[in-house]
Parts: sequence; C-alpha cells; structure tokens
Amino acid sequence: MRSERAPLWLKAAAAAGLLFLHVPILIIFAYAFTTEDKTYQWPPPGFTLQWFGVTWNRPDVWQALGLSVRVAAISTLIALVLGTLAAAAMARARFFGREVISLLVILPIALPGIITGISLRSAFNLGGIAFSTWTIVLGHATFCIVVVYNNAVARFRRTSASLVEASMDLGANGFQTFRHVTLPNIATALLAGGMLAFALSFDEVIVTTFTAGQQQTLPIWMLEELVRPRQRPVTNVVAMVVVLVTFLPILGAYYLTRGTDTVAGQGK
Amino acid sequence: MPAAVTFRNVSRHFGAVRAVDDVTVEIAEGEFFAMLGPSGSGKTTCLRLVAGFEQPTAGEIAVFGQNMAGVPPYRRPVNTVFQDYALFPHLNVRDNVAYGLMIAGRGRAERHRAAEAALELVQLPGYGDRKPGQLSGGQRQRVALARALVLEPRVLLLDEPLGALDLKLREQMQEELKALQRKLGITFVFVTHDQGEALSMADRVAVFNQGRIAQVGAPSDVYDRPATPFVADFVGSSNVLPPEVTGRLAGRRLPASLRPELVRILPPGAAGSLATARVISTQFHGAVTRVHLSMDGLDLAALLPRGARVPEEGAAVGLSWDPDDLHLMDGT
Repeated sequence: MRSERAPLWLKAAAAAGLLFLHVPILIIFAYAFTTEDKTYQWPPPGFTLQWFGVTWNRPDVWQALGLSVRVAAISTLIALVLGTLAAAAMARARFFGREVISLLVILPIALPGIITGISLRSAFNLGGIAFSTWTIVLGHATFCIVVVYNNAVARFRRTSASLVEASMDLGANGFQTFRHVTLPNIATALLAGGMLAFALSFDEVIVTTFTAGQQQTLPIWMLEELVRPRQRPVTNVVAMVVVLVTFLPILGAYYLTRGTDTVAGQGK
Repeated sequence: MPAAVTFRNVSRHFGAVRAVDDVTVEIAEGEFFAMLGPSGSGKTTCLRLVAGFEQPTAGEIAVFGQNMAGVPPYRRPVNTVFQDYALFPHLNVRDNVAYGLMIAGRGRAERHRAAEAALELVQLPGYGDRKPGQLSGGQRQRVALARALVLEPRVLLLDEPLGALDLKLREQMQEELKALQRKLGITFVFVTHDQGEALSMADRVAVFNQGRIAQVGAPSDVYDRPATPFVADFVGSSNVLPPEVTGRLAGRRLPASLRPELVRILPPGAAGSLATARVISTQFHGAVTRVHLSMDGLDLAALLPRGARVPEEGAAVGLSWDPDDLHLMDGT
C-alpha cells in the first residue's frame, strides 16, 4: 500500500488553489477600509471606518437590500412548495411522459440565464404585465424550484416507500402521514435546498436585469455603483456584510445536515 | 361468528397481469394462516389487499364480516409487519412503537407505558431510547412486531417477516412468533416463500401459484396429499410421476406424488419390489443420504435414514413403497 502522505508539490498546488479562490475576497474586504474612494489603489493609502457610517446612512442601500431579501424569501417559499410537490410526484408515480416532464422541470437551471431572462421579458410584454417585485420573483422562482426539486427528489428516492404505508397502516391519514413521517424525513433536504435557492436568488443578476423595472436588487445596485467613481468603498462594505450574513446560515445548514445522509434504516 | 378474513372471488389485475386471480378463502379467528408460494404468485398482493394498500379489481374482502371495499388502510382493524420493517428512521424505538397511539391521540404517559409493555412482549425491554439504525436486523424485526401489536389489532399481517434474518435467528423467531400468537390469540396471516417455515408454524397453509390458490389445508394435509403436481413439488421435495407411469404402477392414469423419504430401496429382484431402477448418484446430507435414481429414464429421489445401507453408484436396485403413499393428484 502506498504512503498516506501526499507529496509536497501536491500540497503546494492545493494551497495555491485555495489562496487563488479566497485571497480576492480578502482584498474586497480590505478595500472596505481604504481612505481612498475614487480608484481602487493597492496598497490602500490608509485605513478608516468611515464607510460603515456612510453606508448605514444611504437609503438606496437599504432599499436594494430590502428588495433582495423580499424577492429571495418569496422565491424560496414558492420553490419549497412547488419543488417538493413536483419531487413527490416524480419520485413515486410512474406515468407516460415522466422523463420528459422531469427534464422540463430541470431545464430552467440548464438554460443560460440570459435566455430565461429574455423569454420571460417578452412573455411579460406580450401578457401586458407591468414589471414589479413580482416579475422578479417569477424569474427567480424558475431556477429556485429546480434546486429544491433536485434535493427533495434525491431524498424521496432514498426514503423507503413502505414508510408511508406503515404510517397509514398504523392509523394515520394522508395529512398526518405527511406531517409525522414524510416531512421529518425530507426536512434536512428541504433546508439545504431552500438555503441554496435563497443564496442563488440573492446574488442573481442576469434574469433580474430582464425582469425588473426601475427597481434595484442588491447585486444590480452593486453593479451600478462600481461604474460610479464616488464613494466606492461603500460597495465593498455592502459586499463584506453580505458575505458575513450569508456565510452564517450556510455554516448552520452544514452542521444541521451533517451526518443525515446515513439516516437509520435506509441502507437499502 | 364470521371469519376473521374472507376473500370472495377476489381478483387484482395490473394491466394484463393477473396478480391475484379469483381467490376465495376464509381465515378463521385465532388462526395462524400461512400464504405460501414462489415470488410473483400473488401471496403478497393478497396481504396488501387485506391491509388496504391495493384495491381488488373484482370480488370482495371482508374482515370480521365487514366489507372492506372503499375502507382506507388507516381505518382497517388490521396491522402489518413489513418485509423491510419500515421503521421510521427519525424516531427512536419508543416513538416508533407508540406511533399508532400518538396518531390515535393517546396521552404521552399512556403511550410510553403501552410501548414499553409491547417492547417487553417482544423481549426488547429498555430499548426505547435507541434509534432504529442502532439495532440489528432481528431487533428491528421485533420493534416492527411491537409497533403493530401495540394497537391490539384483531388480525396481524406479516409480509415475509423473517426473510432478511439468518438461519439460526430465523428458527428462533419462528418459535417466538408461534408462542406469541398462542399467547395473544389473535389471527396471524403470514406470507412466506419458505415452505419449511409455513409447514412448521401455520395452522393452515394456502399454496399460491400464478395468482390462484392451488390448495388450502393443514400442513400435514398439504404435505401428505398435495392436490396438484405444483404443490407436490413446491411443498417439500417430491417425486412427481406422470400419468403413464402411475397407470402402470397403480392402475389409474393420474399424476402422482411419492415423497422421497417413503421410497424403500431393496436388493434387485427382492420380494415386494414394485419397480427396478439404477442408482445415478448418492449424496451424504448428515441426517439422511439422498439417492438419485433413474427408473426407465424417469428421475427419482429417495432419502435413506442414517444406518441404512447405501447402494453403490451404477447399481441396479429394486424399489418399493406403501401403496397408500403413492398419492394420486386429481387437482389441476
């Protein structure tokens, strides 16, 4: 048997890869403290905390953040309901055209966002639907559903069908069975899918560009800010806060779902 | 008093497949009833029809005289022990066992008391806090049993409950199940493909073949007097003689069954010899020796008890049997 220890060059390559991935994020953080606000100058000429106060007092930041949270929350909620229902149907039922429908459900995430965006925009125009928060939500829900669906369908497939029958056999009707057996068994999959859906929606740019009217979600706001050579570090402050705020729930989800892949009695 | 379970001309078709085909049978209260058959013979579908997971295509199923048509599984007075146990992985053993009581709205203290009593019944006292994943196959099977029994069903359905256990454990569980059934006095309907299990445990056995019941009867009836060549071959091992051979030996042209342990091997030409055969091979099985014979090109088997003289391979021998032991089969 070969040595368990990796060779030095492999370790160095791995370290270089990780640095390449994460050092740019640290640079973004560093610019949030710079004293220079017109060009991104490296190294920063000085450090200050003033941009945090400036950001706090900018209403456009709060508006964009509020819209993004609202859109992501509603899209995720829609995705959780529709994605779970679709997964339940696909995992259990056998019917003609099942594979085609399965493909159609997954398609939105395979399509380039620009196609989804353009097609939705022309559909909204054709239907005479005015752009609003709801048109952004619709655009985001198309790919959020897929994320939840993929997580849920995998869990459904690994859950023994006889669990549902056992529950019915022991006196539980359909609703009680869902509440006491199905939901607890897919809960962690839904949590993981939901968080991923929320994160995807939160930083979506392309579909949003086509489905939003005058409103700005946080990513779109950031894009616009970068073009403006004024108070640039505000963007970095927002970026830093967003990273920290989204990192915590993802860390939480990781610890919550850890080890649940080997759920008792599901070995077969 | 009505029968515990009644099948009246019950059929269940899946498309063109007749999984269950015109089955009529009555299972008495307090009976240990085995449904025996090869896979795909319709026995499990019959069990699922009683549990309510399947609806009959035709015919009627009644439990204690009450027609079960349109009654969902959760309103039937029966409970099931599933082949894969189907324990809820997110609940501990106590909550698994108490699940039915929780659904029925019983209080926490009562549930836990009843669950512990049921666990004692299946000899797993004190296991309540474990998760199903921490149990062995045999223990899971006991939990599944306790979970079904805690609701005090009048009929317990068992779908190949011992199929996943190893031989030693299976034999032990067979005895325990039988003892449990006697103690509780409720009706057990037991599906198995293992003829030894059916014969040793059941009060009556229904032998299934291609969606139909080939024979129903006490284990000794089914073994000694199989109704069809299929039953003779599936229940135990048997020499099935074609009608021509039976016609020559017993004077009636019907297929016949002759159990290998009832065949006696004599020296060639000995008095009382009914036929002659040649020894093809012999196999030592410990308690018995199996002798493979050819009688005019027809393969026969004979079992010799320990101590009997084992003929040499290739030798010509005489065969005899008690005429009553050559069982003629007039079933289809």
